[in-house]
Amino acid sequence: MMKITAYADRISVAPGETINFMVNCEASRFECDIVQLICGDLNPDGPGYKEKVVRTAASGRYKGRRQVIHAGSFVEVPGGGPVSALESFTFAAYVWPTTPARREQALIAHWSTDAQRGAVLSLGPQGLGLRVGAGRGRVQTVTTGKPFVSHEWYFVAASYDAGSRTVTLHQEPLHNHVGTNDAARKRVKLKQGVGMAHDAPLTLGACFERFDAGRTACTAHYNGKIDSPRIASRALSESELQAFRAPRVNGALLHDLVAAWDFGADITSVKVSDASPNRLDGRVVNMPARGMTGWNWTGEEMCWRHAPEQYGAIHFHDDDLHDAGWQVDVSLTVPKSLKSGLYAARLRCGKGLEDEDYVPFAILPPRGQATAKICFLLPTASYMAYANEHMGSDAPIAQLLGGRLVEHERQDLFRNEHREYGASCYDTHSDGSGVCYTSRLRPILNMRPKYRSWLGGTGSTLWQFNADTHTINWLEAMGYDYDVITDEDLHYQGVAAIEQYNVVVTASHPEYHSKEMWDAMAAYQQRGGRLMYLGANGWYWRVAFHREQAGVMEVRRAEGGIRAWEARTGEYYHSFTGEYGGLWRRNGRAPQKLLGTGFTAQGFDISSYYLRKPDSFRPEVKWIMAGVGKDERIGDFGLIGGGAAGLEIDRADRALGTPPGAYLLASSVDHTDIYLVVCEELLINYPGTGGQESELVRADMVFYPTSNGGGVFSASSIAWPGSLAHDKYRNNVSRITKNVLDRFASGKSLLD
Amino acid sequence: MVDIHDATENYRPTPDDRRLIEEFRKNPIGHHSPDLQRLLNRMRGAPMADKFCLVVVEPNRVWQLAKTSGVPGKPLKMLDKRFNSMNDAEWYVFRQRWKALTGETLSD
Repeated sequence: MMKITAYADRISVAPGETINFMVNCEASRFECDIVQLICGDLNPDGPGYKEKVVRTAASGRYKGRRQVIHAGSFVEVPGGGPVSALESFTFAAYVWPTTPARREQALIAHWSTDAQRGAVLSLGPQGLGLRVGAGRGRVQTVTTGKPFVSHEWYFVAASYDAGSRTVTLHQEPLHNHVGTNDAARKRVKLKQGVGMAHDAPLTLGACFERFDAGRTACTAHYNGKIDSPRIASRALSESELQAFRAPRVNGALLHDLVAAWDFGADITSVKVSDASPNRLDGRVVNMPARGMTGWNWTGEEMCWRHAPEQYGAIHFHDDDLHDAGWQVDVSLTVPKSLKSGLYAARLRCGKGLEDEDYVPFAILPPRGQATAKICFLLPTASYMAYANEHMGSDAPIAQLLGGRLVEHERQDLFRNEHREYGASCYDTHSDGSGVCYTSRLRPILNMRPKYRSWLGGTGSTLWQFNADTHTINWLEAMGYDYDVITDEDLHYQGVAAIEQYNVVVTASHPEYHSKEMWDAMAAYQQRGGRLMYLGANGWYWRVAFHREQAGVMEVRRAEGGIRAWEARTGEYYHSFTGEYGGLWRRNGRAPQKLLGTGFTAQGFDISSYYLRKPDSFRPEVKWIMAGVGKDERIGDFGLIGGGAAGLEIDRADRALGTPPGAYLLASSVDHTDIYLVVCEELLINYPGTGGQESELVRADMVFYPTSNGGGVFSASSIAWPGSLAHDKYRNNVSRITKNVLDRFASGKSLLD
Repeated sequence: MVDIHDATENYRPTPDDRRLIEEFRKNPIGHHSPDLQRLLNRMRGAPMADKFCLVVVEPNRVWQLAKTSGVPGKPLKMLDKRFNSMNDAEWYVFRQRWKALTGETLSD
């Protein structure tokens, strides 16, 4: 299916800097070439696939090796501490299991797989369990036999008294549902003792298995929340357990306290703090969800910053993934002679080199030095949000949204079968909860040239990365000189990343933006920068990048917007930053404020065309439509849905922030009923919100000047780039784009 | 336990809906009458278990029929049927779905 997969440690790299590629290869050897990507569309009815091989020192043959991914999150605490010295003990925690019937899932694990020693507090189909071991052949498991109800809070504990060799299990539901039989207290005398002495790490939310090439590999991954996990140095009585579960352990019990992890502290971090005097601090691995409501959340505070003591839960998932952690196979130090642009490592193996993968990245201009007047902003935050989405194989609504059969690519088949490659922020975890974090430190198999996505309409069926190569292809075909930077460059450098350019050109779908990115673009516009928004659904979701870990991003699907899942109430604030997440529109920054237009409708079958509006004939802006006839249909052709207006479309709206001086140049018409008005517009749902009836289903092409000679042109359609190459670039979409780009790049005044 | 009702069961094609067959055959993707759209919503909105889909063999030229498993991680079932146009694939699958809904076999 795919015998070679790979990823890079960086998404952009400047000349003289190094980017590393990590490769999983089933063949004994693979070939690496660095290519400049121009057009990734394989459709024989289009301009054709185009890439240029560039010579680098990294190009050549390499030895192949298999590299695997260990998915599933947990907390890791270094081994060998006071837990290893325990004879008697109590493990306790609040838990909110989401798949309790699935299999044994570890909550608190002090376990050596090699020695078969230690203790594991777990839950599973047989209810709460304690597995203990004193060596090979001396492993015993005790369970309550009372299954948990999913998505309900429990206080659980298991103690072992070495003197009496007695295990006591305590399973206490905190809900009050009638008719459930899920409370238990069970005492069992063991035949053999327990050996806690070993130096394996202690893990929460999974059970340590082994170290593998610098990574910690676990088994028995837990799905659900854990709050306030604690360990005491003796078997606590039932009444002592009630004191032990209090928000703070006080009095005589302090003497027995071995560990009391406080997940409500360090929410923005990967650090996990132990509030006990032993300071058994740990770290989260594979980014379980933090800033989650705890067992004692009252619903009166919605932000974890305001009541961290009510956000003491971490939600673990057996399919969380942050960093695949593969070994480096190829290192490329970018030659100083390489022009900024869109590039990829092309990795091929097999007898006829028939198996291949590409790892795209941007080569930046030299640091601090623009080498063109035009900047193409590669929307890598949006690529990350969609990274490895599984909707085509998982979501029953996919064929409804597409209005046709879903097409699967080889990458889709591979991703379906290799869930360990991690999910996108459009997927749910295996327990049904939403995926709020996404990482680029893993192969992202839908961010590839040649790839087709079911979301991409009829025709070339392109979406996001590969659709965006049509804009790159057009820039190349028309002979423009341009630099490429990425969202992360804008996030980390701010407006300095773009202020040297006369014009920034967007991709087709720049949907996800951090506050840092938003502020940078606003400042650019106000300082005279010019933005060509050649897409739609832009500047829609607010995201956050982790402040300690590179390459990982967060989105909370809060109270509005087109959402593939919904954040649970009380979990709308980013754990990475404490910012209120969700739509920028619900953060007081509707896209219309930055772009003149904002998301209004979506459909994924066929695209349509625009008709000119009176503003397009006004003398001061008629240069935009120069060469376009009065009644000409704009973009009634194209490779993405057969038209320039389609997939996701934006409209102008003064009430949402479209500047009063904006010119409405053209609007699209005649969309199908697959296109529906976005839900944030539907305060009362009503019949007639499809494309054949609703006036809200339209793409508005808008232009407006900004301060200091700046300006914004918004095409307001994701399908726009798919029409650029039509008829060898001699078409009205290409003409309008060229009219605007020439003027924006020139520095000349934008109003005649 | 709460039973999740399959809302798509609210509509099944009637004898009068046979007129929609020809409308679909002429234009399987794009603008449809409200009645045809309702029928297609029923067909295309089915759960993922054993649901028809396509696998790209040659971009824009050859597709292979397949079915999703409905179980995340479980491979697609590849079927011994290939198409040279998306419309042909849509028409073939429409006939299978029509038969499943009505029992009637439609001729090619």
